[in-house]
Amino acid sequence: MTVGLRDRVAVVGMGCTKFGEHWDKSTEDLMVEAAWEAFEDAGLGPEDMQAAWLSTTQSGRGGSTLAHAIKLEYIPVTRLENHCATGLDAMRNAAFAIAAGCYDIALVVGVEKLKDQGFSGLQGWPEIALSEAKPVLPAPLQFALSGTRYFHHYGLKFNEGKEILAKIAVKNHKNGALNPRAHLRREITVEQAVKAPMVTWPLGLFDCCGVSDGAAAAILASPDVARKLRPDAVSIKGFGLTCGAFQGQIQNSFDYVHFEETVRAAHMAYQEAGVTDPRKQISIAEVHDCFTITELMTYEDLGFSPRGRARDDVEAGTFALDGALPVNPDGGLKSFGHPIGASGIRMCYELYKQLQGKAGPRQVKNVELGLAHNLGGRPSRFTCGICILGR
Amino acid sequence: MAGIVRHGAYIPYHRLGAGTAGWQGKKERAVAAYDEDALTMGVAAARDCLEGIGRGEVDALYFASTTTPYAEKQAAATLAAALHLNRATFTSDVTGSLRSATVALQSALDRVAVGHSRLALVVASDLRVGQPGSEFETEFGHAAAAVLVGNRDAMAEVSHTVSVTDEIHDVWRPAGEPFAGSWEDRFVVQAGYGRVLPEVFALLCKEAKLTPENVSRAIFYGPTASAHQDMGKKLGFQPAQVADPYMNQVGHTGCAQALLALVGALEQAKPGEHLALAGYGNGADALLLVTTPLISKRPAGRGVGGYLASKRILEDYQISLRWRGLAPLKGGGRRPGIRQPSAAAIWRERAENLQFEGIRCVACGTPQYPKQRVCSICHAKDESEPYSFADKKARLFTYSMDYMTPHPALPQVFGVIDFEGGGRMIIPITDQSGEQLHIGMDLEMTLRKIHYAGNIHSYAWKATPVRQSVASPATKEALG
Repeated sequence: MTVGLRDRVAVVGMGCTKFGEHWDKSTEDLMVEAAWEAFEDAGLGPEDMQAAWLSTTQSGRGGSTLAHAIKLEYIPVTRLENHCATGLDAMRNAAFAIAAGCYDIALVVGVEKLKDQGFSGLQGWPEIALSEAKPVLPAPLQFALSGTRYFHHYGLKFNEGKEILAKIAVKNHKNGALNPRAHLRREITVEQAVKAPMVTWPLGLFDCCGVSDGAAAAILASPDVARKLRPDAVSIKGFGLTCGAFQGQIQNSFDYVHFEETVRAAHMAYQEAGVTDPRKQISIAEVHDCFTITELMTYEDLGFSPRGRARDDVEAGTFALDGALPVNPDGGLKSFGHPIGASGIRMCYELYKQLQGKAGPRQVKNVELGLAHNLGGRPSRFTCGICILGR
Repeated sequence: MAGIVRHGAYIPYHRLGAGTAGWQGKKERAVAAYDEDALTMGVAAARDCLEGIGRGEVDALYFASTTTPYAEKQAAATLAAALHLNRATFTSDVTGSLRSATVALQSALDRVAVGHSRLALVVASDLRVGQPGSEFETEFGHAAAAVLVGNRDAMAEVSHTVSVTDEIHDVWRPAGEPFAGSWEDRFVVQAGYGRVLPEVFALLCKEAKLTPENVSRAIFYGPTASAHQDMGKKLGFQPAQVADPYMNQVGHTGCAQALLALVGALEQAKPGEHLALAGYGNGADALLLVTTPLISKRPAGRGVGGYLASKRILEDYQISLRWRGLAPLKGGGRRPGIRQPSAAAIWRERAENLQFEGIRCVACGTPQYPKQRVCSICHAKDESEPYSFADKKARLFTYSMDYMTPHPALPQVFGVIDFEGGGRMIIPITDQSGEQLHIGMDLEMTLRKIHYAGNIHSYAWKATPVRQSVASPATKEALG
């Protein structure tokens, strides 16, 4: 009989750097900043860490990258990569170690330094590493495949679809403008978003998240230790993680208007957390808005909106900061950019602060359960991590 | 008697022409897209030629080109792999001269005549690049042609062949140089072409006891449209006898020119015609072909007529420069270069990449690409058979168009496509204008060059909108 993670692991400290173009900061600087904020938050130091996980896709190899930066002396450190869901998967693995009783206190640090590469967008990860004969699809192109199909499938005219997506971008920019840690801190209008230059048809500039540097850190502890450390520790309520097996590249039935990885990961997390009516029970959500179309589809995949009707909720403002179910209250990837290894942990940072009532002007009332949704890879071969945090 | 049993052609979709901004040429020119080269055009012409023929029956392949991808590495072997020919096939590159096609054709005829091969495929393809601003640039066009040579059931039997060899620097390109150069025009025409072509024709007439009046169609090389026209008169032919070398629609197609003109002539020929064919380049070859009743049975491919009618005029001359690597790419920022491809991995994936071979699960019947050890649908392990998608049609399920990533042809388009008979892929869609794309449209597959990196040319299959042929009357029945 499995028992799962519910209430068996607590978050006792968190840190998050400002995300942005940190020309003057190295990977080491970012990791140190995020980790020390978490240490100070928890009232602990690096010497208290019994194990650590480093979440990064391309800004360092091996656990010693983290050990060296913050001087962890001879403890187990694992470097983890699982596409853009690396952050939440690192959280998950650290949580497993605590729940297994192997450690009382563990550190998770996510970092990515993308702005040293000298170009916009992400460096492609070739599908088949060696022959190089398989074309590399730029990330916006992969998600735009769903944009085109979603519009077609639900009979949205191009302008209608664009406007719905624009409203998601407008909402996230508005939230991000309130957040000192966000990279892009200005509001935009629907008209601006609709008329912005096309990046990958049908997605324009404001449909895509930015590219940033940043780091975030979390300290996880057993419930006993957590109680001694602070009264307002946050508890892990549920976790789900799924991987696609290239179904959308092989199977004719794959519809491109929903992502099964999200549906299944949500089901796992909901079951563990005892969530039966996510739209009612989830107070806030941080979702993986790498592109606006992803956020739109995620509303449906998480069970927040009925299939094909997410647009109604967008129009109604359901997911706005003052709506019934605020999504991306911190501004999301849209405002933060996406330093890949840091993003999942950055999402948890917002949930953690919201649950503690420390989210400042973005504070949502009566936050009981927060959900983080971290999606990596591409349609048909995603890694999807979902973490539910509560009091 | 040995002769031609089938023929085919390929002309790229894009043309430089009257509607092309910045283009100085007077006539239309076919331009290979950024992802085409002599090899991929050759594969396309060969597929056009072999439409409906069992690939296993071909046992010799000659690839004639002055622009093969490698100085040392046989292009014919790559062609044979892409065409799925038997391993027990004789393959040869014939290169170094603009008459390589007629050299290859003569060699193929010899080979089948002595019985060393049953069916020999001759493919001629050239992608010669004229220096920007030069006359060559306005004259050169890109195309490929193919003929299948056999010792029986020929639609055109070859009764006589003659050759002349000639040492001259008229048009030449040193090894490693990108652009061909030439000596003074008058020297080129008078001392080279104007002297040698009549010489070889005289030889043919003598050998075959032929006079110009007996020739139904005269098919011969020309360095320019006007020199070609003058040569017709000089050889004693009426304009109606002279076959179109497509100089005004396609351009000077290098060593493909004579074969392309032959294929065009065969498409229109009737039984009992005498076709005189001559290729030129450091000497000349001349052949006499006599059509048989089988000429009336048109092949299933598109041919010259079909490909001529299916075209799109490029909006800007700069695009064609970009495609040849002669102008910088549009699009923002530096991107990392393509890593060194692994020769071992390319070799391991040769069927996958060149033949578009995936698998069909024997347990549940689902075609899949790339190869899967475990079936994606029914999870049966190692219960599959090879399955090629190269000749399958497909429908567009969804697509997106990237305007930002630096690329020679913006927008860069990828589609999710569903194959007739099953199978799904995410694949680049090439030779499209963007606006013509729509969900549900029909697509066909085409082998293209993916990139050149680490001294390796990489090839893979892409999808393309079905080439719509507004068929000329002569080829309508061929398109059936």
